[in-house]
This record gives sequence, structure tokens and C-alpha cells, in this order.
Amino acid sequence: MAQTVIIPTPLRRFTGGVETVEVQGSTVGEIFGQLESQFPGIRARLCEENGELRRFINVYVDGEDIRFLDRLETSVGERAEVSIVPAIAGG
Amino acid sequence: MSYVKGLKCRECGAPYPVEPLAICEECFGPLEVDYDYEAIGRVLTREAIASRPRTLWRYRELLPLEGEPTVGQHTGCTPLVRAERLGSRLGVRELYIKNDAVSHPTLSFKDRVVAVALSKAREFGFEAVGCASTGNLANSVAANAAAAGFTAYVLIPEDLEKAKVVGTQIFGANLIPVRGTYDDVNRLCSEIAGRYRWAFVNVNLRPFYGEGSKTFGYEIAEQLGWRAPDAVVVPMAGGSLITKIHKAFGELARLGLIPEAGTRFYGAQATGCNPIAAAVKAGTREIRPVKPQTIAKSLAIGNPADGYFATGVIAGSGGWSEDVTDAEIVESIQLLAETEGIFAETAGGTTLAVARKLIAQGRLDPEGRIVVAITGNGLKTQEALALAPPASIEPKLAAFEAHIGQRAALATA
Repeated sequence: MAQTVIIPTPLRRFTGGVETVEVQGSTVGEIFGQLESQFPGIRARLCEENGELRRFINVYVDGEDIRFLDRLETSVGERAEVSIVPAIAGG
Repeated sequence: MSYVKGLKCRECGAPYPVEPLAICEECFGPLEVDYDYEAIGRVLTREAIASRPRTLWRYRELLPLEGEPTVGQHTGCTPLVRAERLGSRLGVRELYIKNDAVSHPTLSFKDRVVAVALSKAREFGFEAVGCASTGNLANSVAANAAAAGFTAYVLIPEDLEKAKVVGTQIFGANLIPVRGTYDDVNRLCSEIAGRYRWAFVNVNLRPFYGEGSKTFGYEIAEQLGWRAPDAVVVPMAGGSLITKIHKAFGELARLGLIPEAGTRFYGAQATGCNPIAAAVKAGTREIRPVKPQTIAKSLAIGNPADGYFATGVIAGSGGWSEDVTDAEIVESIQLLAETEGIFAETAGGTTLAVARKLIAQGRLDPEGRIVVAITGNGLKTQEALALAPPASIEPKLAAFEAHIGQRAALATA
């Protein structure tokens, strides 16, 4: 079973302009690894050199912010939707 | 003419052209407008500013437009009120209220950011505009879009105050309540903005939008006789406004229009949504998101995008941050109303309540010149108040006197 990852505009140059990508992985970290193998260079945009998620990126699994879950260890169910969303100003 | 050199990543410094872009492709940091301050310094004087109409466009060299403003031409220059009665209640020698509760046209400081963002949207050639909003931005985008002839798409959390919903619908905007928090609305808007070519003022126009908030700071300095206050207390939702007031005072000092500032910045949040205040109190700049639960809905942003920068401004200036309960918010709305005749929304109650708490803690010096930022109008958040309906009387003098006598007796009891 594959999960869907929604790619934000600033990262679409890595995916050839594609908005959503199908990957397989049981955690967010594994999914990032899958993304990296399909689109080399993309993980360095998502994570710091120490592997932590970058400060201005939010990642959601089925709408839930992974900072409320287990961060990159957050498990991702079958058919889950993973959104990568840049931080947005208040309003 | 424009004094904008381009956009620049606030985190890694990477340069970008002036386009509807908000996020650095290298590090996801926010982009900001990069100005040619030397050129501005050659033309912008106190006299030039003072000679211009009383709108926020009197500081236009410091705003990111190429040509003339086309939206929000009448916005800005709200009163800075010397609050003597409130000041004496709080023991503050020189207290001011910067009152954007009377902002034109929609009674909140968001009119400032929208004037700049929609003028920029027109320069970029957009026909449709949008926003994610906790209410005030929704009102302002809808009103200004109507006046300028844009199609507007406004997304809000579904539990907003009635006045903020009606005050968006009336302008004919496409208003879409979303089942979730503001942070859920933001996530959706980011995905929408990636698919449609619309100007989302706080998504792809964010670098330009945020600059409008600086005018809140320019006005304070000009109204104080071209000097910054010793302290300013500012409500924090996404955390942008406090950083933009800081930037405003810094720019004016850099241009020689005010003496070197040294203002201390104090940030106000509700205890039910205090990710920035919690970080300041924990001595860190890193924000831990929260799930908001407060009557201060305009401040209910659990994952504040500018929180990291807000904590930096507060700590770097020698200021502090606090949060207050819903009951304290309501009590301060009433105190401001009863002492100064200003009816602030819940965010204003939050800001005043935090100012009082900081004075009591000894963190905010009452001998200094203090400005409290009131950013929205209490008529929009009436649900937060539980005032008993006033008793009515027969249209007879005797009934009136009985009523007054009764009240007088109660008051002296």
C-alpha cells in the first residue's frame, strides 16, 4: 500500500513540478528516505544536517502535526496522506 | 519610484527577485523585502513625511510598492491616545494607547497589511486574492477586495465570532469556514495557493503583506514627537507584528529620523494559546506548537510562523512575555473601556492584562514611556463578554427616579 505525499511549491523543482507523489514507508523518516531516492537532494531541504526537521517546515500525517506525534518517528498508516507545508504568517 | 532591491531569505540570506514568493527554496526560511536604505536616507525627512496626507502611505519609501498605492488609500494614522486615567490606575507615569480599534475601513490593524498586500497584488497582475484568517484579516481582505474589484476567497476556522463572519460576508467575498483550527486553515490555504494562481496575502504575498505592519511603529514614533517609546506591549498571534514594530523603530533610527531606540518589546498571549510566551519564559527561541483554547480567537494560532523571530526580538531588547487567562482578558477589556472609553477586542484585553501582569511582576517599568498596542475592535468579539442586560423602565419620570434611587442606594450600600 502506498501513501500520498503532498509536495509544496518550493520543492516541486525536485519533483519535476508534480504536486503529489506516491511512496511507501511506515514512518515519516522512512517516507523522507523514499522521497530522497526518487528525487535526490530533497531531504536536505526538509531536514537539517543533524537529521532534525527544519524549523520553518511543518509536516502533517492525515492533518495532524508530527510535532504533536513522534516527529520523524511518527508512524504512517496505509493510505495516509502526508502534507509538507511551509510555515504561514498569521492572519 | 521604488527603493526595493529584491527579496532576501531572512534565515540564510539567499537573494530572490521581486515576485509573489514567500519561502526560501534552500532552507524554507521566510523571504523579506530588501531595501536600499542609503537611497531612502537621501530623500526621506521628517518634514517630507509631515507634509503628506494622514495615511500610512506617508511612509511609502519604506513600503514595497513600485508605483502609486491602489488599495487602502485612506488607511493608517490612527490615534495615539495619552491614557492618563488608565495610567493612574496602573501607576504608570506616561501611558499611551495606539488605537487601531478605529482603523479604516474594518476596525483592525489588518487594514495596514491588506492595503500593502492588495496594492502589490494589483502590481503583480492578480485578479483573485485570498487569505487564511482568524477574522480580522478576513474582514479587511473582503472589504478592500470589494473596493478594488478583486475576487476574494477567505478561509476561516468555523467557530469564529458572528461579527467577524458577517463582517466578511457583507462584502461579497467567497467565505469558506473550515472544520478545524486556524492551523488547519493555514495548511489548506498553503495547498490551495500551490494549485491556483491567486494572491494569498499571508501565503505567497507574505513578504509584502508583513511590511504594512511597520506603519504601526512609524506612527507611534512620529506621534511621540519622533522618538520611540521605552516599552511597547504587543499582542502575538503569528508573532509578526512585534517583529515589524521592532523593524520600524530600527529603520527610523538608521535613517536618522529618531534617536537610537532601545525600546523594550513585551509580547502578550492568552494562556489558552501561549506558544511564544512559553518559549520566552523557558529561555528558548524554539516554539512548541499548542492546540488553542481561548476566547482571544484572533490570537489563536498554535503554530506561530514568526514565533522564532518574535522570541528573538523580545529577548534581544530586554523585554519579556506573559500570558493571561480568559477572565483576566475580559476584566482588562472592561478596565480599558471604563477608563479610556476605548472598546478593544479580546486581543486588546489580552495585551492590557499582560501589561498589568508585567508591571506587577516588576518586569515592565512604570516610570518609562509605555505604549500598549490595541489592534482590534470590541464590537467584533462581544460573545466574550457576559454583561447582564440592563433593566428597562416605563417612560415616566417617577419610574426613572425610582430606578436611579435604587441604583444610588445599591452603590452606597
